Amino acid sequence: MNLYSAGMVAFRSLRANKMRSILTMLGMIIGVAAVIIMVAIGAGANQRISAQIASVGSNLLLVIPGSTTSGGLRSGFGGAPTLTMADARAIGKELSAVRATSPTMRSSGPVVYGNQNWSTILQGGAPAYLEMREWNVVSGRNFTAQEMDAASKVCLLGQTVSDYLFGDDDPVGKIVRIKQSPFTVVGILDRKGQSPQGQDQDDVVVLPITTMQKKLSGSARAGSVGVILVQAIDADSVKTAEQQVIELLRQRHRIGQEGTDDFSVRNLSEMLALAESATRIMSLLLGGIASVSLLVGGIGIMNIMLVSVTERTREIGIRMAVGARERDILSQFLIEAVILALTGGAVGILLGAGGAVLTSYFAGWTTVISPAAVFLAFGFSAAVGIFFGFYPARKASRMDPIEALRYE
Amino acid sequence: MGVAAIEVTGLGKTYRLGDVFVEALKGVNLSISAGEFLAVMGPSGSGKTTLMNVLGCLDRPTSGTYRLDGEEVGGLSRDGRAILRRSRIGFVFQGFNLLSRLSARENVELPMIYDGTTAPVRRERADAALSSVGLADRAHHLPSQLSGGQQQRVAIARAIVNTPALILADEPTGNLDSSTSEEIMGIFQRLNDERGITMVLVTHETDIALFAKRVIRFLDGRMVEDRPVADRHRPSAPPETEG
Repeated sequence: MNLYSAGMVAFRSLRANKMRSILTMLGMIIGVAAVIIMVAIGAGANQRISAQIASVGSNLLLVIPGSTTSGGLRSGFGGAPTLTMADARAIGKELSAVRATSPTMRSSGPVVYGNQNWSTILQGGAPAYLEMREWNVVSGRNFTAQEMDAASKVCLLGQTVSDYLFGDDDPVGKIVRIKQSPFTVVGILDRKGQSPQGQDQDDVVVLPITTMQKKLSGSARAGSVGVILVQAIDADSVKTAEQQVIELLRQRHRIGQEGTDDFSVRNLSEMLALAESATRIMSLLLGGIASVSLLVGGIGIMNIMLVSVTERTREIGIRMAVGARERDILSQFLIEAVILALTGGAVGILLGAGGAVLTSYFAGWTTVISPAAVFLAFGFSAAVGIFFGFYPARKASRMDPIEALRYE
Repeated sequence: MGVAAIEVTGLGKTYRLGDVFVEALKGVNLSISAGEFLAVMGPSGSGKTTLMNVLGCLDRPTSGTYRLDGEEVGGLSRDGRAILRRSRIGFVFQGFNLLSRLSARENVELPMIYDGTTAPVRRERADAALSSVGLADRAHHLPSQLSGGQQQRVAIARAIVNTPALILADEPTGNLDSSTSEEIMGIFQRLNDERGITMVLVTHETDIALFAKRVIRFLDGRMVEDRPVADRHRPSAPPETEG
């Protein structure tokens, strides 16, 4: 018996029991749809984490000042200005595993243009800052090393600031006032979206750190910097760079063997990798739960196939009497089970894809339907059909034709 | 075409029902020459149905030999017997045993589905078989839309569609009234006369047995009588068949 005839025979007997076939498929439909939705949500979460990793910049270390003990009071990291411009320069010049470095400083303040004003984050950095954060300038230019050395009053606007102050106008070349001082806008930054913590990264004005120290801050912190951003030469040397930075700073800060560091080094990619693996575990868990319903669907197929085999005992006897071999009967029932599973799977994929779209529409979650997941779900449906259809089909094929013909 | 010689020697068949062994056939010796029309009679439990099952290769004998056209077939595997059934043996049952969801033509096509005959050839041969039993115009009817006699004729068409050498009919007229029974027997006689198909017919009605050329009688698993039919019955009215 060729596959086409076998398929037609199977299809006809499924059509003869429409309601039962549809209900059996429903189990598969729900299972496959659940898997597709869950995998789409998991993949969406992963994609978001990856995007965030990319938005932070790759192979970055953060050197955070603080944790000095002064007068019995121990302040937390970031609490004391222990890092200096000289530290940042030394890290950039002396360490072999470091590709670039930028001292940074953050404060906030109002930015005024005409009669518009907007209170935003003021981010000081070196010219390398933008490149390290993989942040492009969409219009105008970055500030130069000369402007940094001269503490020039130049700045770049984030998209959010640009939108609020200028609307559709081109801000490049315009003068804005930051904390009463006039600054020339030299460039506009690319849109970067939300940070992993959910902040709007585009609500920012970037300016040379020297300008910030001399023109915007009090003299108390002159020469000290906030976080020093360090970029390793590649992913493999992040660890080395971390070690080198720690050694260098302990040496420069004259911290002995027993002394406590007055700074700390954080590995950003490591933190995000952690978040990524947490998401992966979550999506595996979701997929696992959904697979259980697929399993239940498979058991439903087996159940109905067993009923069908018993009901059609006489038909099996007739087919055997006119010359059907074991494998003919086996393939007939196996194909029926696979048709049930595959049709259910196909409908489930469509429903699941629709469900994923609705989820992202209503819940605002990113969902990703990958072709791999669709093929996998389809293949898995076929496997479920074969696996759960095999036992009933084998039972049918092993029947004794005489007994089967006598069955009422 | 249509030549079968059956040679059965010392045929025994023992069933096991729980702890009890039932000897359904006790050393049967039987020879049926090609083109014969044999009626097997006997009360229920006499072993005639078991004999049919063994002759039809639905069952295997527990002892003795069964040679079909000189070939030993008693020891064939399940698949070997299936192939033999579809190529050389046709079955006609008391309860017709048609598949209720399939049309008359599709029922007739059934044996050919399993031997790889292509769809156009299947159709052509099924139509020819149907018209030879006078049902050319009923090809698309479902069994439920046909009378008992018509259903049995579809079953006969199914039995002859693969040009078997042997047709086994197990009480083929048991569910039919007497005039329809005569009609069916007429068809069997014609297939036997015109195509030389060997016919083996199980019945408990003496009238029906007299359509055969030879009658054997079974009792308690043994053949107790074997005689030719002297005054052979013929259908009173010519059956509405052609070809």
